[in-house]
Amino acid sequence: MVSSVAREEEEREGLRGLGHIAFIGVLAVAAAAVFGIARWIDNSYAFFAAYVVVQYIVLGTAWNILGGYTGYVNFGITAFFAIGAYSSVVMYKLTPWMPLPVMILVGGVLAALVGLGTGYLTLRLRGVFFSIATLALAVVVQTLITNWDFVGGARGAYVLRPRLAPLIGGEYIQYLFLVMLGLCVVSLATARAIERSALGYGFAAIRDDEAAAEASGVPTLKLKLIATALSGGFMGMAGAPLPYYVTYLDPASGFSLNYAVNAIAMPLIGGTMSWVGPLIGAVFVGGLQEYIRASSLYTYFDLNPAFGVLITGVLMVVFVILAPQGIVGLFKRKPR
Amino acid sequence: MSALLHVERLSKRFGGFTALQEVDLEVQAGERLGLIGPNGSGKSTLVNCICGTLRNEQGSVRFDGVEMNWLTAHQRTRRGLARSFQLPRPFGSLTLAENLRIPILYTVNARDGQALAGPALLARCLELLAQVGLADKAHRLPRDLTQIEMRKLELARAMAAAPKLLIADEAMAGLSHAEVDEIIALLIRLNGQGVTVIMIEHIMRAVMEFSQRLAVLVAGRKIADGNPKDVVRDPEVVRAYLGE
Repeated sequence: MVSSVAREEEEREGLRGLGHIAFIGVLAVAAAAVFGIARWIDNSYAFFAAYVVVQYIVLGTAWNILGGYTGYVNFGITAFFAIGAYSSVVMYKLTPWMPLPVMILVGGVLAALVGLGTGYLTLRLRGVFFSIATLALAVVVQTLITNWDFVGGARGAYVLRPRLAPLIGGEYIQYLFLVMLGLCVVSLATARAIERSALGYGFAAIRDDEAAAEASGVPTLKLKLIATALSGGFMGMAGAPLPYYVTYLDPASGFSLNYAVNAIAMPLIGGTMSWVGPLIGAVFVGGLQEYIRASSLYTYFDLNPAFGVLITGVLMVVFVILAPQGIVGLFKRKPR
Repeated sequence: MSALLHVERLSKRFGGFTALQEVDLEVQAGERLGLIGPNGSGKSTLVNCICGTLRNEQGSVRFDGVEMNWLTAHQRTRRGLARSFQLPRPFGSLTLAENLRIPILYTVNARDGQALAGPALLARCLELLAQVGLADKAHRLPRDLTQIEMRKLELARAMAAAPKLLIADEAMAGLSHAEVDEIIALLIRLNGQGVTVIMIEHIMRAVMEFSQRLAVLVAGRKIADGNPKDVVRDPEVVRAYLGE
């Protein structure tokens, strides 16, 4: 009887059990297809809009690694995101020849280190106290950047976007979009690999009951530090191309509440238990926001630019109350 | 001869309240020890100090020849000290099989030797669940279980860590007569495989049937320790339980 259950489980695994390499391949093909379609549409607005959506997939996935998997809610998204963005500003000024992917890597490493540091200081705090500490981090980093003249301080910094994309030709936004798509593949593959590894089970144990996790041999502090570093790192990487996207970066835009709200709302709406959730949430909510921004609704009703965030907020409340498992939870089979 | 577990002059205070006062306790390898005491006598606090969930202010805990005072709870579990919680604390978002997967991944697989993976890992989880009679619910979530089944899951999760010493903290509260017998048989079978077991219990029938030795805690002090039949006749123990 036991063996039949084991076999059944294996079969179920088999359906979903794509190897890591194969999965990355599938993601890469999907990303290539998206890029191909965008190239075929050949509308620079489409690239700008799609970039934002893909950026939110990365940001939402990054938040979910800590918030969804281990249950530690981070409100300080903008701190990590802006560290990535402003590290690019610094490199733009000091080493302008540096290729964008290298800048992204540097921004990611910096943000990961900040994540590790804050994690070490704050992870002894549980629940809402941890969240408050991360909120404080965002304020501290914003204050530092606002008073740092080299990166423009409160005035902001201008970054000249090259006219043409390297390697692929066409407008530079196409290159930015391609790089962000690549980052998206990496972050989704990482999230999925975590879920299926001992690390993912350890994260889940921490989320469910930290004392019981310790009693089961899970080194909770170490795992939480890994989660904060990974999560912070991906947020930093998502932010690194931002100066080239906006061409003018000031603290008000780099630390915009929109990033924090969206990065939390999208996984919650999509579902926090698996890598698919932030993907679906970002495409759904991000797509909706971009659609509304582009539609005639704005001019017709003379809407405030913050209208998109309002929709996100309402959606988040609706989902938290009615479908706490998110969109993914609506489709999941009930356990037998 | 050195004991497997050696607790020496262990004290624990919560503010002004002394929960444990200079408790000494030795457990030999392969022994079955019963630990009893009225409610609030410090049994669970003692377990928490031994397992590292709480830090003791004074005294020392030595396990398998190693001083445990500076080790975290998960380090102690890896060294072979597992416990079940008095109030079941299952991992609520994971299935029963996955609940057992955690200690296997983080203790058994973290030790030297062969690491379980894939079908072998699942088979081990199912085998453990079968031992406590939960095999048919392997893919259900803990919220589908009754309180009694949760206690069994709690015990199975402690067993999954393949401990040298298992501390069962009131694993049988609320169980029926037949189920108590089942758990006693399970723990004795486990003991037969070489696992030392400390049983904390209020059900005296279970304690007497199970224990080779009995220790009694009252108000944070150990007042008796010895042969179960003698201990329950000890005037001080009788007084603690029944009053003057």
